Parts: sequence; C-alpha cells; structure tokens
Amino acid sequence: MAQRKIKIKINGVETVCEKGDSILTAAQRVGVPIPTLCHDDRLEPYGGCRLCSVEVKHIHRLLPACTTPVKPGMEVITESATITRIRKRLVSLMLSNHPNDCMHCEKAGECRLQDLAYEFGVDGSEYGGERWDLPIREANPFITYEPNKCVTCGRCIRICSEVVMAGTIDWVGKGFYTLPDTAFRRPRSLSNCEFCGQCVSTCPTGALTDKKGRGKGRVNEMQRVRTTCGYCGTGCTLYLNVKGGTVVKVTSAFDGPVNQGNLCIKGRYGYDFIHSAERIRAPLIRKGDGFHEATWDEALDLVAKNFRKVIKKHGNKSVGAFSSSRCTNEENFLLAKFVRTVFRSNNVDNCARV
Amino acid sequence: MGDITIRVCMGTGGLAAGSSEVLREFSSRLSSRGVRAGVVKKCVNKTGCRGFCAKDVLVDVIRNGIRTTYQFITPEKVSRIVDDHVIGGAPVDEWLVGPEYHAFHEKQTKILLKQCGEIDPEDIDAYIGVGGYEGLKKALSLSPFEVREEVKASGLRGRGGAGFHTGLKWELCSMSPDKVRYIICNADEGDPGAFMDRAVLEGNPHSVLEGMIIGGYAIRAHEGFIYVRAEYPLAIQRLEIAIEQAERGAFLGKDIVRSGYDFAISIKKGAGAFVCGEETALIASIEGKRGMPRSKPPFPVNRGLWNRPTVVNNVETLATVPQIMTRGAAWFSSIGTDKSKGTKIFALTGKIKNTGLIEVPLGMPLREIVYDIGGGCGRNRKLKAVQTGGPSGGCIPASHIDMPVDYESLGDIGSMMGSGGMVVMEDTTCMVDMAKFFLSFTRNESCGKCLPCRVGNMRLYEVLERITGGKGRAGDIDFLVDLAEDIKISSLCGLGQTAPNPVLSTIRFFRDEYEAHIHEGICPARVCKAFRRYVVSDTLCTMCGKCFRECPSRAIAWEKKQKAFIDVKKCTKCGMCYDACQFRAIL
Ligand SMILES: Cc1cc2nc3c(=O)[nH]c(=O)nc-3n(C[C@H](O)[C@H](O)[C@H](O)COP(=O)(O)O)c2cc1C
Ligand code: SF4
Ligand code: SF4
Ligand code: SF4
Repeated sequence: MAQRKIKIKINGVETVCEKGDSILTAAQRVGVPIPTLCHDDRLEPYGGCRLCSVEVKHIHRLLPACTTPVKPGMEVITESATITRIRKRLVSLMLSNHPNDCMHCEKAGECRLQDLAYEFGVDGSEYGGERWDLPIREANPFITYEPNKCVTCGRCIRICSEVVMAGTIDWVGKGFYTLPDTAFRRPRSLSNCEFCGQCVSTCPTGALTDKKGRGKGRVNEMQRVRTTCGYCGTGCTLYLNVKGGTVVKVTSAFDGPVNQGNLCIKGRYGYDFIHSAERIRAPLIRKGDGFHEATWDEALDLVAKNFRKVIKKHGNKSVGAFSSSRCTNEENFLLAKFVRTVFRSNNVDNCARV
Repeated sequence: MGDITIRVCMGTGGLAAGSSEVLREFSSRLSSRGVRAGVVKKCVNKTGCRGFCAKDVLVDVIRNGIRTTYQFITPEKVSRIVDDHVIGGAPVDEWLVGPEYHAFHEKQTKILLKQCGEIDPEDIDAYIGVGGYEGLKKALSLSPFEVREEVKASGLRGRGGAGFHTGLKWELCSMSPDKVRYIICNADEGDPGAFMDRAVLEGNPHSVLEGMIIGGYAIRAHEGFIYVRAEYPLAIQRLEIAIEQAERGAFLGKDIVRSGYDFAISIKKGAGAFVCGEETALIASIEGKRGMPRSKPPFPVNRGLWNRPTVVNNVETLATVPQIMTRGAAWFSSIGTDKSKGTKIFALTGKIKNTGLIEVPLGMPLREIVYDIGGGCGRNRKLKAVQTGGPSGGCIPASHIDMPVDYESLGDIGSMMGSGGMVVMEDTTCMVDMAKFFLSFTRNESCGKCLPCRVGNMRLYEVLERITGGKGRAGDIDFLVDLAEDIKISSLCGLGQTAPNPVLSTIRFFRDEYEAHIHEGICPARVCKAFRRYVVSDTLCTMCGKCFRECPSRAIAWEKKQKAFIDVKKCTKCGMCYDACQFRAIL
C-alpha cells in the first residue's frame, strides 16, 4: 500500500496523507485546525457551509477542505486574511437570518453557531434584511423543531437518509427559503419518522432539540454520566445527563466504540423507566393468584430450593440459564460461571443474537 | 405547376404564431386545386426555427429552384399564395420579407441553424439527405483516440457556459480506469430568454443524437442520457421520434452501422429548476435526488453519474461535432478567433429591432451583431449596454461596442459567454433596476445548499431593493462590491460564483447611476418608481376627470370643471393616471 501515500504541503509544511483523503482529513491528522459546521464524521462530506474553505495554490477560488480530495504536490493554506474575511462573512450571514436569542435557547453553551459567533466576533447586524419567522414545530412527541434557528447545514437530512435510512426529511423550498422539512411539510409523525433523534444528535444549533429535556437544564448544570445502553446486545455508549440526581436527557457519545454517537429511539428516549413510580424495586414471589413482595434472601432461597429439587430428580443437564442481552458483560460472565460451576451444566446461552 | 417546395417554419415561435394551421391550409388548398395527395405530401414541408421569430409565420416557396420567402403568413393568406405564386408563378409581392430579413441573415454564418430552417425535423431521410450521419460513419471508421484528437484539433469549446475544450474533456474521461462511462446531453437550458438549444432540438434533433453517439464512441461509453426540461414538449417529442428513427436506421442500438459499437440513448425530463443545468446538480437529478450541485473536484469526468466517469456536454456543442467529423478540424478551426473557434448561436433580445436567434463566427465585433444583424435599437433610441451571458453575465457598455465577442474578451470585461443570451438595452433602462432584476432571478433559483449564495445573494438583492426604492445609504456601493466579491469566491457552484456579476459589472460601468439613486434621489432612466412623482400639469389639464376615475388608490381629487390634483401621500405610483390621460397632463 506504500504507493497510495501522497505528499502535500499544508501551510508550507510537508505532510504525508493517503490517496482519497480530503484536505480536512489530512489537516486534522496533523493537528491543523479547520473550522467546520456542516461536517459530522458520521456523514458523507457535504461542502455546504463553506467554513472549511481553504486556499489551494493555482486555484482562484477558495475550496472546501471537507470535499476536496488531496492531490500529489497540492499546496494548501488554511489561514490567511482572505480566508478569515470569508469565514467572518459566512458566520455573519448565518446570523443575519437567525433569532440570536441564546438567552433562553435550549442549546446555549453547546451550540456550534454560538461558538463560531464568539470566535469570529460577528453578530450579523450589518445586514438587516429579511429573517425567517416560522412557527415552532411540536407535532413530534420527541423532537422539537425551531426552523428559525436552522442554519441549513443539512446534517439532519443527511443523517436521516445516510445513517438511519428513513428519509423522513429533505430540503423543501428554494433559495433563501430552503429548509429541512418532511414531504409536503406534514407533521413528523409515526407514519414518517422513526423517532430515533439522530437528527437532534447532529444538529449544531438549537433548531432540533429533545422535547423531553427542554427546559430541564443547561449544559453547564448537567453531569454527564457515560454508560452503556441497557436495551439490547449492541451495547451503545451514551451519556445520561443528570441534574440534581435526575436523568433529564440522553445524549450521544461520539467516541462510543460500537455506535459512534448513533442511538435508536430506545436508547435516546426510552429512559422514563429510570424514575418511574411503577418500577419494581423488590423481588416478588408468586403465591396463589398474585405476586407478593419479599426480601432478597427469601427469594433467592426459594429459587435455590427449587433448582436443587429439579437437579436431584432429573440430573444436572435438566437445568440451565438464559441470560439477557440487557445485562452487562460482567453479569453475563458471572451467570455462565455460575451455571458451569454450581449447576455443573453447560446449558447456558444469551438472547443477544440480533 | 413546376417543381415546388413549400417550407413552413414550425419552431415554437412559428407554432405560437399559428404555423400548423398555415401548413394544413397549404395542403388543403393544393388538394382543392387538384394537386395529387402524394405530390402535396412531398412538396409541403415543415422546418425548425430559422431564427427570425419576430416575422413568424415564415414560409418559403421554392419554385423551380428560386426561393421566395413570405413573412407574417396566416391561413387566410394561403389561398392567394397558392393560386398566384405556386400555380400561377407570380409571387405575392406585398407579403414578401423585406430588406431587414436579408440583412439579418447576411452577416451570419449558419452551421447549426442552417439545416434547422430547411429540413423536416421529424424525418430522418431529410437529415440523411443533407449529409446527416456521415460524421458518425466517419468517426466509427476511426479509433476513439483519433476521434478525440480530431475534436481537440478543431478547438471546439463547450457552448454550455464555461467554454471548456470538448476534446480535452473527452480525453480526461477516457483516461479514467473505470470501464463504465456515460455521456449526458445537457438540454436543460434555463437562462431566461435563451432558446438556442431549443431551436436545435426542435429543428434538427438528429444532429444532437449524432454528436452524442460520436462523443459516446470517443469515450467508449455505451449509454447516454438527454436531460431536457419538461417545458420543452415539442423538443421532447421530436427527440423521441428521432431516437426511434435512428434505432430503426441502425444508427443507435446494437452494432451501429455494422461497426460493432453499441450505444443507447434515453431521455430524462427535468422539472425546470435553473440550477439543474449545472452538471453535478443535473447528475443528482438523473439519479433521482434533489437537483443540488456538489463541490468539484472531483469532476464528473472522474466521478459523475452513479459515480462513474461521465461527460456532460451542451446541445450546441454536440450538434457541432458531426460537422467537425465530416468537414474536418481544419475547416472548423478556420472559423473564429485564435482561442475561440467556430460559430455560436446567440439569442438577440431586448430593445433591438430584429430579435431572434443568430449564428455568427466567434470574435465578431459586438457592433456588427447589434447594428448590422440586429438593426440597432430603432429610431431616436440610444444604445446603452448589452447584457451577455444570461442572468449571471455582465453588461457591456455602449462605449465598448467594438469589442470582439469571444470567450476571453467577454471574461475580461467581467461578463461571460454563458449560453449565449444577448439582451440589448437602450437609455430607458435603469442599470440598478436591471441588476436587481437579474439578481431576483438568481436568488430565487439558488438551490439553498451553500450559505454565501443562499443568504448572500438575498442580502445583495435587499440592498439593491433599498437603492431602487429610494432608501439607499452612503456606503451601499462599497458594501455591495465587497459582499459580491466574497460570494463569488466562496460559493459552491457556478450559480453562486456568477450571480453577483450583474451587480459588479453595472457598478463598474455605471457607478454614477447608483450614486444618482443614493445621493441625488433620482433615477436617471426614470424607471424606478420610488423616484417618480406624479403631478398634474396646470396648463395641460382639460378637467376631463379620466385620471380620477382610473386611480385605484383614490389619490386624485377632481370635480367637474376643476383641475385634478394628486395627493402624494395616497399615491402608490402605479402610473394608471399617467397612462390614462390623453392630454399628457400628468407629469
Ligand atoms: C447555474 C448553472 C446553470 C447551467 N445551465 C446550463 C444549461 O442550461 N445548459 C448547459 O448546457 N449548460 C449549463 N450549465 C453549464 C454546465 O454545468 C456544464 O458546464 C455544461 O453543460 C458542459 O457542457 P459543455 O462543455 O458542452 O459546455 C450551467 C451551469 C450553471 C452553473
Ligand atoms: S441556536 Fe445557538 S446561536 Fe441560535 S439562539 Fe440557540 S444557542 Fe444561540
Ligand atoms: S435543523 Fe439543525 S441539523 Fe438540520 S439543517 Fe438545520 S441546523 Fe442543520
Ligand atoms: S452556489 Fe447557490 S446554487 Fe450553487 S450550490 Fe450554492 S446555493 Fe446551490
């Protein structure tokens, strides 16, 4: 594979990269920062926001680093007066069609647009002109859409078609009025949406937010607890967002080894059980026609007694255990060990075959 | 009756003027004069557009080899032409075309349009009769490499806008390691006012097919697509007929003219978004996606349709190729200038006497196009500027009227060739208003993918609206220039990269007009409504009250035997009173 290496220059420094790399990948690998907005590692490069524009020798326009493949001998400049001017221009244009109400925005503190506005010191006020004035969309039980805060990066659309493959939303309209929406601008409902919240996870602004977590706390008030999703054998990594001892939201762990930030409806929104009043908190023993609360000792004694009875009558092979994919690896290991050493049986399995 | 051919122009312009009725009338009149059906069928022909749409319906009567052309023909006029001229041999003088018809054609060099006005576009034999498909046979007798070399040597450059060398494009595509390749004919023609591709498709569809097959062979593709806008139903219909005829004639399909080469063409209809003419958006549209461009590189010749190497060529470009194959690269490159070879079709419109389609050698001075072919602006009118390159081109001020029209010269002056639109403007055109008009088109047609084009052009437009609305501010001009330059270098596709051109070029050549709007509060061309004040002249008013009755805003006070008075506060400047007053008493 040695022949696939390519040499380019980034800001005058020679860099070795792979054939097929984009300028952005090559720069990131050697630690040269290039600002992005419409880029998400989970998605195909897009080149829409133009923030990653860089100069390439002999080309009179700026080129987007994210979509431009490297070529042998290419000389790239990532910072210059022109580039900074353009980046300022872009952020300012974005803000010129934005409500700029960070004060009570759900996203403040972890908003890419807010960061960019701060970094480039612009507020869009030099333009005046028309701003979108669109109603908030609340039809979806899990996702709130505030189109006015959309910067049309297209990430939600792309994650919905490239990763989720649901195709619920796409571009609607033309020109200045282009925005992500469902076909015929219908409400996002069970008939067209998976409710996975992947779009929320990629939205860089407060345009798409988790409805259940709205108003329940800002990012700086939240303790983020990294854990593994308890729903299936895939074992996605996620963050429980905890405020005052209560889980108020689940967010993506983008470095999660199995899911890389992706989650399904259960992992992202199925956390109501955690604080549910109906949750079973003690063992239950069936007596007659109902369940009766018991202590752990009572319950375990009963189970042990019955297992012993079966083994005595029918032998070790007549018992086994079937573990749940919602258990952790440690729990599964312990169960297997228990069956083999205590039951002296090899009848052990797990449902994680999806 | 003698040897007779009657040709009726059946381009879209002709059809709109009633040419199918005229054609029918010719047939029925001839039959009623006892001419046998077979003879009628042979001698009455339909042809495509011949360019001079202002004079439609145009009819040629060729009697014993002598061609006579009639203009403004209606079905009622047909019987006299048949009786007096076709049968009697005496042309009807008062309906003949005038000297301007001949002047219009004299300075043109018609290569593509020639056959358009002469052959029946729905008859492959008519095309073959004028040497059609000879270019293909010639190409198939050569190797793909030799075909590419011939086209390279001809110097042909793309007619779709950017002017990229066609032979080079084919070479780049054929260098790709991927063996599955495609060729696409770009017939999206979205520039307002441009209709050259339409004329070629409707008037000579086989020439486009032949060019495409040759191109396909040159890059070793076996499949081609024609992306044509659905608003061109006649073009689509004639292409479908042509494809079917070409398949039957073994020019398309398997083993074309026994050469062993296979090639198939299908038609894809576009829904009419301007941006779908941009090649990557066009490809996305064929793939079934929303027509949005993507960044280049990678270019379509490396990664195009379904990620396969793809050549996208314009209709005019492809229609030129057969001629290059039959007549040779040397012939073609003898026409035009050093870097811009061959002829180009322009759509001459605006404030000019002879509007229509013209074909001229590249490099012809603009003066000859406007005055010799176009007949100038008309009496008492002064040429102000010519806008070339469509809505994203630039304007050429009258002072540069002697410049040659070719790719380089147009680029140098801040305009472009584009698809060949040419809008002539005289001194009643306000340049700020004109820039605003073009920008309102491009801003609406922006696909919305990239920020500088989507929001930037909107902001440009708003400033222009402010200036033409009488609310311009000091500093607006510099603001426009800075923003326009930034949009140009940072936009994703050609649309955004060129959309600010009309703003920049009008500021470059007519900055004083912007300043007059902003600082003096006047629109020198008296176009922008905001600067108009409608007042009733005391001396001219006859007290008739017509304006009072016409005004939809009830802004005019009038009573019998009283002069009218316009209340500026209520007046919406609609101009109804101005048009209504027979005594020109409203100033
Ligand atoms: C906004 C936009 C619209 C375009 N529209 C057309 C069009 O209608 N027809 C066309 O042939 N080329 C159009 N082009 C140019 C094409 O992208 C492409 O360059 C051309 O079809 C290549 O063919 P050529 O090399 O034969 O000129 C357009 C480009 C842009 C940026
Ligand atoms: S989306 Fe971001 S920039 Fe916009 S109001 Fe919310 S926090 Fe502020
Ligand atoms: S809703 Fe969010 S992710 Fe979607 S386009 Fe708008 S800003 Fe981007
Ligand atoms: S320049 Fe305009 S038309 Fe082209 S990709 Fe950007 S938004 Fe779309």
